[in-house]
Order: sequence, then C-alpha cells, then structure tokens
Amino acid sequence: MTTRVFVPRDSSALALGADAIASAIVQEAARRGVAVELVRNGSRGLLWLEPLVEVQTPQGRIGYGNVEASDVASLFEAGFLTGGAHPRSVGLVEEIPYLKRQQRLTFARLGLTDPLSIDDYVAHGGLAGLKAALGMSPEAACQTVLDSGLRGRGGAAFPAGIKWLTVREAKASQKYIVCNADEGDSGTFSDRLAMEGDPFALIEGMIIAGIATGATRGYLYVRSEYPHSIDVLRAAIDKARAAGWLGEQVLGSEHRFELEVAKGAGSYVCGEETALLESLEGKRGIVRAKPPVPALSGLFGQPTVVNNVITLATVPIIFARGAQFYRDFGMGRSRGTLPFQLAGNIKHGGLVELAFGVTLRELVDTFGGGTASGRPVRAVQVGGPLGTYLPESQWDIPLDYEAYAAVGAVVGHGGLVVHDDTSNLAELAQYAMHFCAVESCGKCTPCRIGSTRGVEVIARIRNGDTSEKQVQLLRDLCDTMVSGSLCAMGGMTPYPVLSALDHFPEDFGLRPAAPKAAAA
Amino acid sequence: MEHVSVPAPDELVRRHASPGASLIAVLHAIQDETGFVPPDVVAPLARAFNLSRAEVHGVLTYYHHFRTHPPARVAVALCRAEACRSMGTETLARHIEGRTGCRFDASREAGDGQTHGQAHEVELESVYCLGQCALSPSLTINGVLHVKVTPEKFDALLEQARAGAASTPERTKENV
Repeated sequence: MTTRVFVPRDSSALALGADAIASAIVQEAARRGVAVELVRNGSRGLLWLEPLVEVQTPQGRIGYGNVEASDVASLFEAGFLTGGAHPRSVGLVEEIPYLKRQQRLTFARLGLTDPLSIDDYVAHGGLAGLKAALGMSPEAACQTVLDSGLRGRGGAAFPAGIKWLTVREAKASQKYIVCNADEGDSGTFSDRLAMEGDPFALIEGMIIAGIATGATRGYLYVRSEYPHSIDVLRAAIDKARAAGWLGEQVLGSEHRFELEVAKGAGSYVCGEETALLESLEGKRGIVRAKPPVPALSGLFGQPTVVNNVITLATVPIIFARGAQFYRDFGMGRSRGTLPFQLAGNIKHGGLVELAFGVTLRELVDTFGGGTASGRPVRAVQVGGPLGTYLPESQWDIPLDYEAYAAVGAVVGHGGLVVHDDTSNLAELAQYAMHFCAVESCGKCTPCRIGSTRGVEVIARIRNGDTSEKQVQLLRDLCDTMVSGSLCAMGGMTPYPVLSALDHFPEDFGLRPAAPKAAAA
Repeated sequence: MEHVSVPAPDELVRRHASPGASLIAVLHAIQDETGFVPPDVVAPLARAFNLSRAEVHGVLTYYHHFRTHPPARVAVALCRAEACRSMGTETLARHIEGRTGCRFDASREAGDGQTHGQAHEVELESVYCLGQCALSPSLTINGVLHVKVTPEKFDALLEQARAGAASTPERTKENV
C-alpha cells in the first residue's frame, strides 16, 4: 500500500529545509522498501510548526511539526507512515485548535492540496465559481460581488463591487484586471500564502473579474522579494492556459482572457495602486494624482480594476456559494472573513482566517499564545507600517473597519505585529519616519521632506530635548503629512508615530498625558 | 581583485529588449544575466525604447532591486522592518556588521562607481520585508532565503557562503 506523505513547498518551509526533508523521506522509504507517494503541498499557515510533515491515515492527516532532516530516520522508526507516536507528532492536523477554530473561506484549500495540481484544485471545489459566473450576465456578476459586501482587502476597504461596476460601465476598447501582489507591509504574508499555496484560486478570481467587467487582459504585479511566488504563479498560469481556462475561449465560452505576471523591482510605494500602474507601464513608480480613478483611467489610460490578491482570491467562493453565504460572515459593514496574520514576537505565528469582529486579545492570546519571548505583550501594530500601535486598553475593540477607524486605527491588510515589553516605541516611531524617507516616491513634499524632518525631530526628542516645542513641532509635521500628502505613504506614516507618542510617551522621555496620569 | 566579464552594452540590449516588453522587464532580464545593470546600457536602452537617457536612468535608479555595480561574492540582505525588529533584527544587524567588518547599505550611500569594477567579498543591504514575518528575523544570502536567524546561525551561513557552498538563486526554480 502506498502512503501519501505531505511536505510543504512554500517559501517558509523551504527556508527551513523542506527540500532536504523531502529527499530524506524518499531515500529512507526506498532503503526500507516501503511505498511512499510524496506530495509537495502548500503551507497550512501554521507557520510556527513549519516544516509540518503530514501523513495520510484512515483517521485523517497526522502531522509532525518542526521536522528536521535528521528526524526522518526516527520518524520511520516510530512508524509515522501509520501515524505512529513521535516527539514531533502534533496529532490530527484538522483537530489542532488553531486550525479547527478558523473560518477558512478564502483559504479553504490552503495546505490541503498540491498548489500546482489542477485535479486537486477541482477536487476541492475549485472552478465552481467560474462556472457559475459563466452562467450569469456580466451585470449580475458585478452585482453578486456588490451583494457579497466584499471590500478591498489590500487595506483601503473600498467596495469591490462598485469598482467592478464602474469598469463594467466605462466605454473602452480595452480594459484590464490588475492584481496588486506588491505585499510590502511588514507583518503581512497572506498574499504570499495565497499565491504559493492556492494560485489557481487567484487566477480563477481574475478570470471572473474579467468576465464581469469586460476586461480581456490581466496582470499580476508581484514584488521582486517574492521570487518563489512568481515561479509558482507562472507555472500555474501555464497549466491554466493548457487546461483551457485562459485564451480566446475561457472554458469554451465566448469570453476571452489572457493573464501574465509582471515582476516588481523593490519599491514599497508601488503597492499604492496608481504607482503600481506606472510601474506596470515600465516607468518609475510615482503616485498619480486622483481623479481620474483607475477604474476610469488606469493602465495605459484604460479602465482598470486594481484589486489585492486576497480580494481576487475570495471571488471564486462568493460565486461558488453565493453572495448571501459570504455576507453572513462578519459584522456591521465589514462582511465576510479576513485572513489575519500573526507576526513578530508571537509564539504561534501564522495565518488565522476569521470573520470580522474578533478581537486583538483573542487573536494574540488564544491563537497566538502570547509572545515568542515569553514576556508580556506591550503593543500590537495592526495594519502594516502605516497602522497604529495599539496599547492594551484597545485590545478588546472588535476588528471591524469602522470600529477601528473610530479610534483612529486601521485594520488594513490584517497584519498584526506583536511587540513585547522590551520594545521602545520611540525608536519604532523614528523607524516609521525613516522607512517613509527610504520609500517615498518623492512626488509630494510633505512625504519627501517631512519624513526626513520627522526622523530628525524624533531623534532630538529621544536625545533629551523633550520640550513642549519639539513635541508640538512633531505634531504639526504629522498634521501636514496627514493632510497634505498625495497617498497613504506620507498620509499615514504619522499613524504609527502619533499612536506611539500618545500611548507610550514614556518611551520618548515624556511624562504620560494628564488624563491618563489622573486615572492612574 | 575579481574581474567581472560582462557582454557589450549593445549586445545586452539586443538580447533582452524584445518588442512589447516593458523597460523594467528588460532591466530585470539584464540583471538576471549579468548580476547587475551596467550603467553603459542606459544609452542603447534609451534608443531601443525611444526614451531619453534621463528617463532610463530614472527608472534604473528609482528601484531598490536594480544595482549598477557587480554584487559581492557574499551578498546579505537583512530585513529591518517591524516584525523582524520585534525579534531582534537590530541586534543581529550589529552582530553581522561586527562579524563581516562591513556596514549596511555602504555601497548605496557611496553611490555608483565606487567599486571600480571590483567585486567585494561581502556586501550588506537592508531590505524591508521578505514576507516571513511569523518566522523573524529573516534574511537572504545570495538570494537564498533563511528565517529564524540567530547570530550563531548567521555565522554558520556566512562560513558556508564564503566557502562557496551556498546554493544558487536557481534553487527556488527546481521546486516548481
């Protein structure tokens, strides 16, 4: 009997030696004369367990976490091919509470399948969405996205259906679908997991977007820091084309769609949609002034849908299960699920997909298990480098776009970076300004000059000039950047800076604000 | 001194500037072949794309990924962004500088032309996010990704890379 053994091949597992483990398993099996079918699956998103080797048993898939190549002989010795006990065993993977308690919709297939197997993809519910979309009018398809309540998952949370309808109604000979896969925010990796772990879902979502809006060409703009994602996507596109999903007749229909990968070149601001379009056109990634919005004048001046990876990868399940099914998850105006990413100083880092409304405390404590260092959590930055640092008093706010906005925070792309009590928030604030100075495209003055002035003034405060004048200067500068910048790079860099200043003034050498002192 | 042999600029442009390709894609193709983009390809590229030399130079120097001088034999790119900072990447950075005797981003600060065609032994670059934020700190050595890097792990990786035992960047392609 042949036993199926799964060794992930996403870049996290590879960086931890998954290839060496895979070949050790094959060699050891050959040496012992046992039949093993090796499957290179995607990561389950339980990154703290990587490399997570799984074995198919009649009871289900049994996992062995943090495996090293040197463990392989002892795994065979322990009878791991039948789920034998071993110090590395984590039991039935589906029963691990971290995974069991999730609501995986966008990531329903993550880790279950070989990411480059179309058969696996279809066997696990793939392509049902595209088939449903082909059976409806383009207008109805746009309406489905609108009804689902899906909002842009890149961070701006703009309703995807409105964007699609705008492109649908625009008159043009050529329209485009552009996938923003320039996932540059520290603390985020859900785009990468989607591209490396379930690329066909993203491709299917882009084809549906093309059919709904009348766009016949798609581009996946992937950052150069993700070479493995680029390789996986290119291989997946070739397979999708060979299977008749792409080309002159999508699945034999009258719809045409072509898709290609464009590689970025290391520029954070190219995650901003207009800078991304400039870069796709082969130019410097400089932000464009809006209006016109890309939905009317985007790539090469044509109507263009620009959506994030997670937005597009969520489209297939909305069509497969219906708008109402998706809409039933979530709270308020934040419908559906968000793949949260637990990152930084956290014990159980990884991907946690849940409906909106979960709290930071639940994510960090219950799922994350606290810090990796074992020290108390001090601050959590939510929403990437442009998101605020949340102190403990804000950890019970439901993760919902509007609830977060109400306290001046952002949910963004769902990335959480945890910092323990050894962190220095003034240093992190200075870093935020430094990062803005490094990555500013230079088009607008508040961002280009303000970021460097910001580094300087925070450095002065940290060096002991804690006068009211310096603090006011920093606040004025932040005000100018928020109000005067063209895009979120300069416009939101003050978010982490001001939240650090407001909630952790002691790190700047300042006395806590009066009301807080009175309360204490 | 290590001499780097690079095809003539016109030849590089002829080889890679296919019709319809974007300038960025062509710059990638050139860098993938030679390890860097020789500044003297700017003029032939400008002719091929019907752009000014300033426009080509602008694109080449705007993007952090493109480099105009040959890479060092051991090129280290360490993530300095928030998630890695929360796990001690700044301490690791100081360790790496002490270990190698090099400074981070020294070549960028010095500008182009400071290498005189000479490839250095070690080069340290700051990068901002490699997408491995649950397994911080992370870095690449000659394009190969490593996560959960400790000072001890770095020392071992550096030894391997110096001995020429580091795997090549092609490694990732074999897994597809």
